[in-house]
Parts: sequence; structure tokens; C-alpha cells
Amino acid sequence: MKVAFLGATRGMGRALARRMAERGDALFLLGRQAEELERSARDLEVRAGQGEVGTALCDLEQPETFGPALTAAEGALGGVDAVVVTAGMFASQEELEAEPARALRLLEINFSRTVAFCEEARRRLLRRGGGRLCVFSSVAGDRGRKPVAIYGASKAGLSRYLEALDHRFRDQGLITVCVKPGFVKTSMTAGLDPPPFAGEPDAVAKTVLRAIDRGRPVVYAPPIWRWIMLVIRLMPRFVMRRVGF
Amino acid sequence: MLSGWGRLPLPGRQVLGEDLERVARGMPLTRGLGRSYGDSALPPPGEARVAGSRLADRILSFDPDSCVLRAEAGFSLGELNRIFWPRRFSSPVLTGTQHVTLGGMVAADVHGKNHHRDGTIGSHVRRLKMLLADGRVVECSRESHQDLFLATLGGMGLTGHILEVELVLQRIPSPWIWSEAERMGGLDRFLAGLEQSAAEWPFTVGWVDCLATGRHRGRGLLIRGRWAEPSEAPSEPPAPRKRLVIPVELPSWVLNRLSARTFNLLYYRKQLRRRTSGIAHPESFFHPLDVLIGWNKIYGPRGFTQYACVIPETDGTAGVRRFLGLLTSLGVASFLCVLKDFGGEGEGMLSFPKPGMSLSLDIPVRGNIREMIARLDDCVIDCGGRIYLAKDAFTSAESFRAMEPRLKAWQEVRRRWDPDGRLASAQSIRLLEDRR
Repeated sequence: MKVAFLGATRGMGRALARRMAERGDALFLLGRQAEELERSARDLEVRAGQGEVGTALCDLEQPETFGPALTAAEGALGGVDAVVVTAGMFASQEELEAEPARALRLLEINFSRTVAFCEEARRRLLRRGGGRLCVFSSVAGDRGRKPVAIYGASKAGLSRYLEALDHRFRDQGLITVCVKPGFVKTSMTAGLDPPPFAGEPDAVAKTVLRAIDRGRPVVYAPPIWRWIMLVIRLMPRFVMRRVGF
Repeated sequence: MLSGWGRLPLPGRQVLGEDLERVARGMPLTRGLGRSYGDSALPPPGEARVAGSRLADRILSFDPDSCVLRAEAGFSLGELNRIFWPRRFSSPVLTGTQHVTLGGMVAADVHGKNHHRDGTIGSHVRRLKMLLADGRVVECSRESHQDLFLATLGGMGLTGHILEVELVLQRIPSPWIWSEAERMGGLDRFLAGLEQSAAEWPFTVGWVDCLATGRHRGRGLLIRGRWAEPSEAPSEPPAPRKRLVIPVELPSWVLNRLSARTFNLLYYRKQLRRRTSGIAHPESFFHPLDVLIGWNKIYGPRGFTQYACVIPETDGTAGVRRFLGLLTSLGVASFLCVLKDFGGEGEGMLSFPKPGMSLSLDIPVRGNIREMIARLDDCVIDCGGRIYLAKDAFTSAESFRAMEPRLKAWQEVRRRWDPDGRLASAQSIRLLEDRR
């Protein structure tokens, strides 16, 4: 696979990019910080043991960077057949309630800007006859819950968009994979106490890579979160109002 | 709560992040994978947090011609093995567990089964990038800021936060091991066997039954090995081993004198023939216990400690004999005790190894543990030996001073780079009498 990857420098993105590089996929990294991109590119090159990993600046807050960054990826890889997006923003509900500007920024980054990036990627993939678009949403978007009202809303919107994208373009060869991680022990969640069933980034990466290969439209990772969220989705409102999660 | 591998918890938590320089700024200490047994990776009393390096785990460069690897401090030995063994490179020093970070290996200046030949990890480290107590970031090596470099090898992270490590790997003929195990009936034969093997073999170690007494005292298995030649090794690189998870803490009574005695006897008798040999998986040779994930839970809620010391062989085997005798009289119920002959003293100003015989044994924590450790410390001081900080949890500051004449010189360098004493650990408060 020839993969353009937005968000490979940290967390689950880092783990997924490593698994891809180690099995021989060609990677091109997109991100906000040139030095971070370079360091991650070198890491992936040594792990892969062959080939070069190129980089280009791409910032979800600056939509004008999307086109040139993807063009650079296509140029370096000789065409792209998968685009992965793990980038996003997280903040606690308390922080977002206290700072409206931060809430607005999060909604933009996680929803409208990510959709805009996916649209750019989709157009380019379809032009080549399809491909794979794998985007990290979250279990937080599966149900309106107290601790993730705003973050969850941004991810709910994203999940709906990805679902529709898969319906709309699968017969044209574009396979959309919506990843819904549960609690995963990364720097994003480092300040929180891990609940039971918290996952490790590398295990998530393994699950996600299998889902990309098989073209699964939705993947929960760790897989047990599929069943946890099923229960949570089935809970009546009066229960959800009482419980704290 | 945060604890070392011995599961003796102290209040605290670790702050994790990919950008270690940012995460470690203002912190008293950086913690790696938490495999030191005692309190060396725990925050000093009164401070709640330490930085955690394990997400800062990128390889920054590798040159196959010079074998120089540069990586962030949280890069683990396990990952190094997994990536580099199949390419015929190995870390020059392999510790008993592979779940350690490069930063942690440098901070403890770790050794392995090849210490008699290759020394500690420090002698293979070329450069370090460090975040100092005052917030500066510097590169140090034997050429630049040499005092800081040498005080950091074995300095338990107390001279600054290690951010990046430049290490020279070793070329290996194949990623497999040719190993031999030989039963040794008593201490004299064992020590002679170790000495003899050291001349011919790069890797040697002994597993001793320290509950055996009388003419059996010091019996055990002598294990030696070398990297296998391509002609004798399987053509495939070794597959990852199947692992067993210890899911729950066992009750503390599970480990008692009887179970320890039975285990030691079975281990001694596990091979029918006196000597066995063959090709071994490198992980089972170097990191045998890693196959049991969370094996420290076997020791139960009260936790355990490891006593690791080195005893110089100035008067032959008398010191080791005396130490084993003391273990018997104290009634220490220990699973296998590891015996390893050390080569020369390394460059690290506070590194553990020096010429002599090292002994390490896991001891379950019981009411009289401090007293027991104090008795063992007295014996080690008498013999002119010293203990390993990465394992220690109970030694007193007074005993440590008595066995470490090097402490003053090291403290001087440390104060030069951290004049306000910002860096500390629970261990440095207890053992080095740091004031906060």
C-alpha cells in the first residue's frame, strides 16, 4: 500500500504507521511540525529497513495546506492508494465548558476541518479509481454522554460523515474505514485514570490494520468496545441521566 | 500510587508524553518502564509526579556500517531486539528483562551475561542528550562535558533527564544462541567452572540453589552461550515466544521456604543429563522470565525485593561462602539465586560492577526484612563489596556510605550540574540523604 498519513507522529497514529512500515507499506507523513515529522520519518525508515519516508506540512486548521500536502504525497509515492487520518484534538468537558474558544476550535478541527481534508483526499482517491480512507473517530460519538458532550459531538458528526461516505462511494472503489477507539493509553489520555478494558496503542494498530485490509466500514478498538458501546447505546435516557459516564 | 517491580508502592503518578523534553521539564526524575525493583524510579516524598519516558520511543538514526544507533530514551530493549536481531545486530549488553528503556539502562549502567568480556552498557554509549535541572539541554560524551557523562552512567537519573542515547550495537553471526547448561554439585566446582567458562564463552551465568546446605551448598546450573554460527542456526529468525500472563496477585503465603526449596530442587534436577547443549531462542537465553508477564504478582500483596551485591574475590571464595552461609542462617526463602563473575570496573562514577562475584536473589518482603538486609549489607561491607541501586529498597544511608567511597566525588559532579538539588528520587532521599 502507498499511504499518505496525517497524524503519524504520536499516539495510535505512531503505532499504526510503524506496523505499516514494518510490513513494507510505503508511507508519506503529513503534519503540523516539520521537526516532529522528520524524526518520525527517520524512525519509520529504520524500522522498515528500506525506502525513504517523505514528509509535508499539513495543518487541519489551515485548509489551504490540504491540496499541496496530498500532491506532495502523490508525487513522492507515485500515487496514493490509502489515506489515514489519526490527527485530532482532545480536551476534557470541564476545560471545554470553561473556554468557549477552545470548544469552538475543537469542533472545527475534529469535525469541519477533518471533513474538508477527507473531501480533498476522497476526490483524489476517486480520480485514481478508488482506494482506502481510514479516519479515527471515537466511541465518544456513539452516545451523548456527560463527560464528552462536546468532544463526543464532534466525533458523532465525523462518524456520520464517514458512514455516508462509505455508502456513497464504495461501489466506485472508495472504501471508508471509521475507527472508533475506546480508551487507549496514549499521551492524549495520560492525565486520566484508565478504566477497565483500556487498550495499548500497538494492539489498536493491529486491529485497525486488519480492518483496513479487509475493508471494514466500522472498527472498534480494542474490539471489546463494540459490545461496551452496544450496551451503552441501549441504555434508556433515565439511566444515562443518572450515571456519570 | 506508583511502585517499582518489587511492588512496594509510594504515592505518586507518572506524566507521559511523546515529547520527553516538555514532559520532564521541572520534574524531579524520569521513569522508564518501571523495572527497577525498589524506589529508584519513584518520586521523592512530597512530590507527586515523575516524568515517564516510555512514549518517547523513536529511533532517530542507525548506521549499519558504524553500528551506531541513536534513539529517544524511552526506546526499549525489547523493541531493539525485535527490530535488530533479524538484521544481525544486537545490543552489546542484554539485561535479564528486555522490558527496559535505553534511558533506564544508561541510568543504572546495566550489565549482562557478558560482563566479564564486554563490561556495562556505559562502555558502549557514545553520547547522551540531556535535560539539565536548570532547563538547559546539552549533549555530553567522553569528549564534551565528560564529568556529566560519567556521572550519568549509573547515576540513577539524578544528574539530569536522559532524552536521547547514542549506542554502538554489536554485529552477530545469527540471531540464535548456542547454549550449554551444566550441573554443578557444589560451590568450589561452580566458581571454578565460571572462571574456566569465562575464558572461552562470551555469555556465562550461574543459577544457584541457595537453600542447599552442607556439601550441596552452592550447587546449581552453570549456563554459558555464544551467538550461533549461521551454519548451526535455523535459517529463519526466531519467532516471538508465546507468553503467559499472571492475571492476579497470588496470596503471600504461596512463596514460603517449602515452595522455594521444591522449586530450587526441581530446577536443579530439570535436566537429566549433567550437561546439555543446543540452539536456544535468544529471548529464552537472555530474558527467561519475560515469558511470564507480570510474574512479580507471584510474590503477593506484600511485594518483594532483590538483593544484588558484588563480593570481591580478594581472598578466593571465602566471601561468597560466607555470604551463602549468612543466607542460610537468616533463613532467606529465595527462588533461584543468580551468580555472575564480573569483569573490570566501568567508567560510570557510581556503576555497580567491579571485579568479583555478584549474587542476586529475590526475597519476599516480611516483617524482618530491614533487619535481614542490614545483616547482608554488613557482610558485603566486610568483604569490600557493594550493592546495586536498581534493585535496592531497604539499605540504610549509613551502610551505603560505608560501601561507597566513590559517593563523595559523584555528589560533587552532581552538585555542579544541579546546584539547587532539584533532581531527586525516593531512593536518593533514603540512601543519599538528599534534602528537599
